[in-house]
Amino acid sequence: MIEVQHLTKRYGPTTAVDDVSFRVERGEVLGFLGPNGAGKTTTMRVLTGYMPPSEGNAIVAGYDVMTQPIEAKRRTGYLPETPPLYPEMTVRDYLSFVARIKGVPRAERGSRVNAAMERTRIADMANRHCAKLSKGYRQRVGLAQAIMHNPDVLILDEPTAGLDPKQINETRQLIKDLGGDHTVILSTHILPEVSQTCHRVVIINKGRVVAVDTPENLTARLRGSETMFVQVDAAGADVRTALQAVPGVTQVAASETRGTVTSFEINSETGRDVRRELASTIVRQGWGLLELRPLRMSLEEIFLHLTTEETAHE
Amino acid sequence: MNNILAIAHKELKSYFASPVAYVVIGFSAILFGWFFINLLYYFDRTQMQAGSGFQGPQAINVNEIMISPLFLNVSVILLFTLPLITMRTYAEEKRSGTIELLLTSPLTDLQIVMGKFLGGLVLYGAMLAVTLVHMAILFAYGNPEWRPIATGYLGLILMGACFLSLGLFVSSLTRNQIVAGMVTFAVFLMFWVINWIATFMGPTSQAVLNYLSITEHLNDFARGVIDTKHVVYYLSFIAFSLFLTVRAVDSERWRG
Repeated sequence: MIEVQHLTKRYGPTTAVDDVSFRVERGEVLGFLGPNGAGKTTTMRVLTGYMPPSEGNAIVAGYDVMTQPIEAKRRTGYLPETPPLYPEMTVRDYLSFVARIKGVPRAERGSRVNAAMERTRIADMANRHCAKLSKGYRQRVGLAQAIMHNPDVLILDEPTAGLDPKQINETRQLIKDLGGDHTVILSTHILPEVSQTCHRVVIINKGRVVAVDTPENLTARLRGSETMFVQVDAAGADVRTALQAVPGVTQVAASETRGTVTSFEINSETGRDVRRELASTIVRQGWGLLELRPLRMSLEEIFLHLTTEETAHE
Repeated sequence: MNNILAIAHKELKSYFASPVAYVVIGFSAILFGWFFINLLYYFDRTQMQAGSGFQGPQAINVNEIMISPLFLNVSVILLFTLPLITMRTYAEEKRSGTIELLLTSPLTDLQIVMGKFLGGLVLYGAMLAVTLVHMAILFAYGNPEWRPIATGYLGLILMGACFLSLGLFVSSLTRNQIVAGMVTFAVFLMFWVINWIATFMGPTSQAVLNYLSITEHLNDFARGVIDTKHVVYYLSFIAFSLFLTVRAVDSERWRG
């Protein structure tokens, strides 16, 4: 449904997006994950035809965004970072205008506007001026605008930014529902959002794709390099050095000391399980092994891990 | 065409939802009324002097003495009010980010530009329509010729369209309304006074400067003459400004 090939975008001397390629299948929800300034918005702006790429191409719903922009735009709904609302228009007028420029036939406009308002739960604000909406409602009117013409592809730039927790949940649920009929790309720097809503994740940093995978696989892939949480009761002894000496251990960080009990976070080599060695070392010293468990990496840590690794290569 | 109308409709709605349209139309009407009364008194006195002249009564033409100068005075009002109409068109969309909606909708750049131009033109038309009241008064109490009046309005519409298209172009270059307004005003004024220097120039430069002056072309219209030379000047001015606007919007995409 969406195919991006070797996309590069430069602004003068700075390269915002650098040789990015990925595919999104029909009905899939793809998360675009990266810190601020990673190139998420730029990539989305290229996909929506807002700006042309410097190199490479993008095919959306079967149409090249450069050579057949009108056809591609007809099939794309886009929620920019700031919802593009006209402050002096009422919500209903605004959505009618959007329906009109998106090419919704006159006869269907009224019902489409109502359907979009129902879906995004803004029907009670229909006659309110856009200038007088709260941030949460503005965001939802933006979303209603994006789904107005029932597009094949939805591109949502930080759709949950500025919402309260209840609204965030509602919006995520809505996005999940939209996936299936629609192909969705959403960008975010909030990590739980990706694991909750997306089938696949593209992690992007400094304009380059760092990883593309399912949220589960990304977690699994990094499980190899695990972090252990160990709690040892050993008064005065140099536990840290002893643990550091265990084969396979790469790093030992003391996290907390309470009385004689010290907690450690231990990183090991990728793919190597050091739990047995750790346990036997501690027991052989006669210390009390109070706790030993793997710290499951959250997506957040994976993300940090991946991006820092990428910088290390450069 | 439907897309152009959609944009034009939206533009008009914005003008009338904000005070812009009312301020522009209202204050233009006040100024026009003031010019009208002044010229009416002037016409009245001229007529009395002519009537009591010792060569006997002379017919005074209301078109020549009053209506033609009135049209030329209107261009002063346009100089100040039209920048107010156009300054927000693109600048505001860029500042608030709504331009992203327009540029990612299935519309061509030309359709967007034409829609905005048309919206401005209709508002300007409404502004001119108010002045028809004054003309109606002249018809009620006198018998002016309608032809020079019609050509005068045609000239005003063409000149206003030039100003609007130029203002649209300036607005497409910035995201700051005040900058757009001020630059538009300065450029308008420049086109207005460009031939002041002509008297000190050689015949060729004089001809070129006179041709460039946007008000110079209005004189014939105000006198009741439709000269293709002037129509061509105005239409090419409009087409060129709109073309520049489309290019400016497009280049904005490339620059990001």
